[in-house]
Amino acid sequence: MSSLFTQAPILAIILPLLSAPICALFRGATFPWALTTIVSALSFSFSLDLLFHVAEYGAISYEIGGWAPPWGIEYIADPLSAFVMMVISGISTGVLLYARESILKEVPASRLGFFFAAYLLALAGMMGITITGDAFNIFVFLEITSLSSYVLISMGAGTDRRALTAAFQYLIVGTIGATFILIGVGLLYVMTGTLNIADIASQFDTIADTRPIRAAVGFLMVGFAIKLAMFPFHIWLPNAYTYAPNIVTAFFAGTATKVSVYLMIRFIYSMFGADFSFGELPLTTILMPLAVVAFLSMSVVAIFQDNLKRLLAFSSVAQLGYMILGIALASETGLTASILHIFNHAIVKTGLFLTVGAMFYVTGSTYLKDLAGIGQRMPITTFGFVLGGLALIGVPLTPGFISKWYLVQGVLERGDAIGYGLAIAMLISSLFAVIYIWRIVELAYFKPSPEGAPTGEAPLTLIIPCWIFIFGSFYFGIETSMSVGFAETAAKFLMGAVK
Amino acid sequence: MEEFTSVFLMLLLVAGALAVLHVRNLFVATMLLSAVSFIMALIFVMLDAVDVAFTEAAVGAGISTVLYLGTLALVGPHEKSSTKKTALPLLLSLAVGGVLIYATFELPTVGSPDTPVQTSRLTDRFLNESPKEIAVPNIVTAVLASYRGFDTFGETTVIFTAGIAVLLILSQVRGRREEDVAIEESTTPQSDLTAEEDTSLQASPHDLVPHVVSKLLIPFVLLFGFYVQFHGDFGPGGGFQAGVIFAAGFILYSLVFGLEYTKKLLPLRLVEFFLAFGVLLYGGVGVVSMLKGGNFLDYNLLLASPVAGQHLGILLVELGVGITVTAAMLAIFYGFAGRSETNNKSGA
Amino acid sequence: MFFDHFYYWITVILFVIGLYTVMSRSNLIKKMIGLSLFQISVFLFYITMGKIEGGTAPIIIDQPDVVYSNPLPHVLILTAIVVGVATTALGLALVVRIKEAFDTIDEEEILQMEETK
Repeated sequence: MSSLFTQAPILAIILPLLSAPICALFRGATFPWALTTIVSALSFSFSLDLLFHVAEYGAISYEIGGWAPPWGIEYIADPLSAFVMMVISGISTGVLLYARESILKEVPASRLGFFFAAYLLALAGMMGITITGDAFNIFVFLEITSLSSYVLISMGAGTDRRALTAAFQYLIVGTIGATFILIGVGLLYVMTGTLNIADIASQFDTIADTRPIRAAVGFLMVGFAIKLAMFPFHIWLPNAYTYAPNIVTAFFAGTATKVSVYLMIRFIYSMFGADFSFGELPLTTILMPLAVVAFLSMSVVAIFQDNLKRLLAFSSVAQLGYMILGIALASETGLTASILHIFNHAIVKTGLFLTVGAMFYVTGSTYLKDLAGIGQRMPITTFGFVLGGLALIGVPLTPGFISKWYLVQGVLERGDAIGYGLAIAMLISSLFAVIYIWRIVELAYFKPSPEGAPTGEAPLTLIIPCWIFIFGSFYFGIETSMSVGFAETAAKFLMGAVK
Repeated sequence: MEEFTSVFLMLLLVAGALAVLHVRNLFVATMLLSAVSFIMALIFVMLDAVDVAFTEAAVGAGISTVLYLGTLALVGPHEKSSTKKTALPLLLSLAVGGVLIYATFELPTVGSPDTPVQTSRLTDRFLNESPKEIAVPNIVTAVLASYRGFDTFGETTVIFTAGIAVLLILSQVRGRREEDVAIEESTTPQSDLTAEEDTSLQASPHDLVPHVVSKLLIPFVLLFGFYVQFHGDFGPGGGFQAGVIFAAGFILYSLVFGLEYTKKLLPLRLVEFFLAFGVLLYGGVGVVSMLKGGNFLDYNLLLASPVAGQHLGILLVELGVGITVTAAMLAIFYGFAGRSETNNKSGA
Repeated sequence: MFFDHFYYWITVILFVIGLYTVMSRSNLIKKMIGLSLFQISVFLFYITMGKIEGGTAPIIIDQPDVVYSNPLPHVLILTAIVVGVATTALGLALVVRIKEAFDTIDEEEILQMEETK
C-alpha cells in the first residue's frame, strides 16, 4: 500500500477541515464552490478506498499525533465507520454538483465563501464523528457539525424569516443533546478512567452493573435520540429542513441524522454490548414502541402538510423509525436492515429534496398550492420526483423495498405475535407513504396550474444531479449485492465484536 | 477551613443560579450569570484546575458577558412575563436531575486517590512520563497540545466556525425584503461596515478619564496577552486565554474610541484573514509532520530531537490557537457592534 | 457521606436550574442564559472528578512527594468552555436577527406570528 493510503483515514477529514478556512478567504461564487466540490470528491474517494480495504483486510487504526491509544486519539476505519463515511461524503459530493446554480437563488454570491466553508466544516465534522475511536473527540466534532448546521440552516432567512427561528430552536435542542452526550461521556470516564471507546468497552463488563453506567447509557441514548430526531425528540427537524436552503436540506437529509443513528449503533453494539443493552437494560422495550409510533404517526402527519419540504421532513422522521426498529431488534438481520436503510434512505431522500429544489428554482416556492400542475410545467423534474417517491414507498426494484424486506425478515425472525404486529404496522405505514406521495402525484398531474405560474424546466446543471440520485435509487434497488454486502459485513462485524 | 469556603461558594453558586432564573430584567440576569461564572472560576481554583479557572473567568465572566450585553443593547432588556406552562418542564428537569442524583450514590468519593480516574494508566503516563516525553512543566498544556492535540485542533475549528457563523448571520441585510437589497449589495459585501466616515459613531468624545486610563491600560493588556501566550508551557495560560485577553484589549479600545478607529487599525478583512490563518497554522504543523513521514500532528518528527520537536510543535499550535481566538472574538464583536451601527443609521 | 457527594449534588442542582430555565422561559435570551448555566454545571462535574485530596495544580515543580490533581478533565473542560462560548455567540447572533425579523424575542409571540402568516 502506498504511503498516501496509510494516511487516508486522516486525509478524509483534514482535507475538508483545512479547506474551510481557505474557502472562507475567497469572495465570489465560483472558487469556493469548485474547491468544496473537489475536496468533497477527494474525501469520497478516500472513504471508498478505506471501505474496500477494511471489507477485505479488517479494521485500520490511525494514531493521531503518533500517540498510541488510549493516551492519544485514535481513528478507526472499520466496516461500519467506513461505510457510513462513504455515504456521507458520497451524498455531499452529489449535492455539491447541484449546488452552484441552486444556492445562488437563496444566498447572495458575496457570502458563498463563508457558506461553503460552513458546508465543509459540517462535512468534516460528520466524517470525524464517524471515524473517531475516542468518546470525547466525538463531542468536539459533533459541535463542529452542529455549529455549522445552525448557520447553514439560518441562511434560508433570505427566503423565509422562519429559518432564523428554526435554526435557533435547533441550537437550543441540539446543545441540550450535545450536553447530555458530554455528561454520558463524563460518567463513563469517571468509572473507567479512559476515553478510548475500545478501552472503555474492554472494561465494560466489570462496571456494567453500576448506577453511573446505567445513567450514562440513559444520557447518551437521549443525547443521540435528540440529535437524530427520534420520536418524540423530533420537533426541531421539520422546521429546520423546511426553511433551510434547498441544498442544505438535501445534504442533511442524507447525512446528519444518519450520523446519529450510526453513533447509537456504535455505542450499543461496540461499547455497551448487545447482551447488556437488550438483556439487562430494557432498550428493546423502550426503542421499539417509539420506533413504531414514529413511523406510523409521522407518516400520517406527513399526509396533511401543505409544504412539500415539510412533508418530506416528516417522512424522514418516519423513516428514522425504521432504522431504530432495526437496532431494537437486536439481531443480525435487523442490524443489516438498519445499516442498509442508512444508505438507501440517504440516496432516495437526497434525490427527492434535490428535485424539490429544482421546483423551487423555477417556481420560487415549495408550497403545494404553488406546485399544482407542476407535472405539465416541469415534466422531467416531476417525473424524477415520482420515481423517487416510489423508491421512498418501497415498491419492488427500489432500495426502499430492499431495506424493508430485510427489516420484515428481521421482525418475523422473532416468530411471535409482536413480530407479526410489527410487520403489519410497517405495511400500514407504507400505505400512508403511498397516500402522501399520491397526493403530490395528483396535484402535479391532475390539477390545473395556478394562473401565471412560472413554466419551464430547471437548467441541466440541476436536472442531471437529480437524475443521478434517482438513477442511483433504482440501480441500488436492482443491483443490491454491493450495498447489502457492505451492510452485512458491517452487521456481522458488530455482532462478532460483541460475541 | 477550605471545606467551609467551598461549601460557602457552592451555596452562593446555587443562590446565583436561582436568582438568574427569577429576575425579569435581563441586564440583571446577565450580570448574575457573570457572577456565577466568576464564583465557578474560584471553585475551579480550589479544585486545582487553574487553567480552567483562568479560561472560565476570561470567557464566562468576560467575553460571554460582553456578548450578552451587546445583544441586550440591540434587543432590549425586558422579559415579558411568560404564560408558558411550567409544570412539565419542571417535572422533566427534576426527573433528569433525579437520574443524576441516583447515579451519584455509586460514584467514587470526591478527592479519593483510588478512583478509576486517578489510578488510570492515562493519568499515570500524563503525570509521570510527560515530563520526559514532552518536558513541559504545565501538564495541562502537554496533554492539550500534544497527547490530545487533535481535540484542540477541533476546538480551534469550533471557534473558527463561530467566527464565520456570526459574520454570516449578522452581515445579512436587515429587513424582510432581503433578497432585493442583498443583490444590490453583493458586490461590496461589508461596505457599510468598513471605511464609512461618521463622526457620530465616535464613542463619547468627552469622557476624558476613560480615554486616558485605557490608553495607559491597553499596552499592558496586550503585553499580558503575550505573556499568557508564551508562558503557557510553564504556568496557567496558553493560546486560548491569550487570545481572549488580546481581543479584550482591542474591544476596550473600540468601546472607548469607537468602532471606526479600531476598524482602521484592524480592518474586518484582516481579521478574517487571521481567523483562517490560525487554523491553517495549526493544521499546517500537522501536515508538515505528515510530510516528514509521521502521522498528523506528530511533533516528534519536526526537529532532530523528539523533545525539541514537541516544544516547537506546541509553540506553533498554541500560536495558531491564539491567533484564531483573537480574530474570532474580534470578528464576533465586529458583527454585533456593526449591527447596532447599521440599526442606528436606519433609524430603528 | 454528606461531603463525599456534596460537589456532585451542587452540580445536579445547577443542572436542573439550567435545564428548567431553558425549557420554561419563553424569552430567547433567557433561554440562552439557561443554556449557559446548564453547560457550566457539566464543567463542574468534570473538574470535580479530577480533584485529589491534598493535591495541587498539575504543573510540575521540583519538590518531592507532590500530589498532582488529574490534568485530563481540565483539558476536556477547556475545550468544552470554548465550545460553550462559540454556541453562545452563535445563539445570540440569531437572537439579534430574530428581533429584527419578528420585532420580538418572545417565543410565544413568534409562534403566533408564524401561525398567522
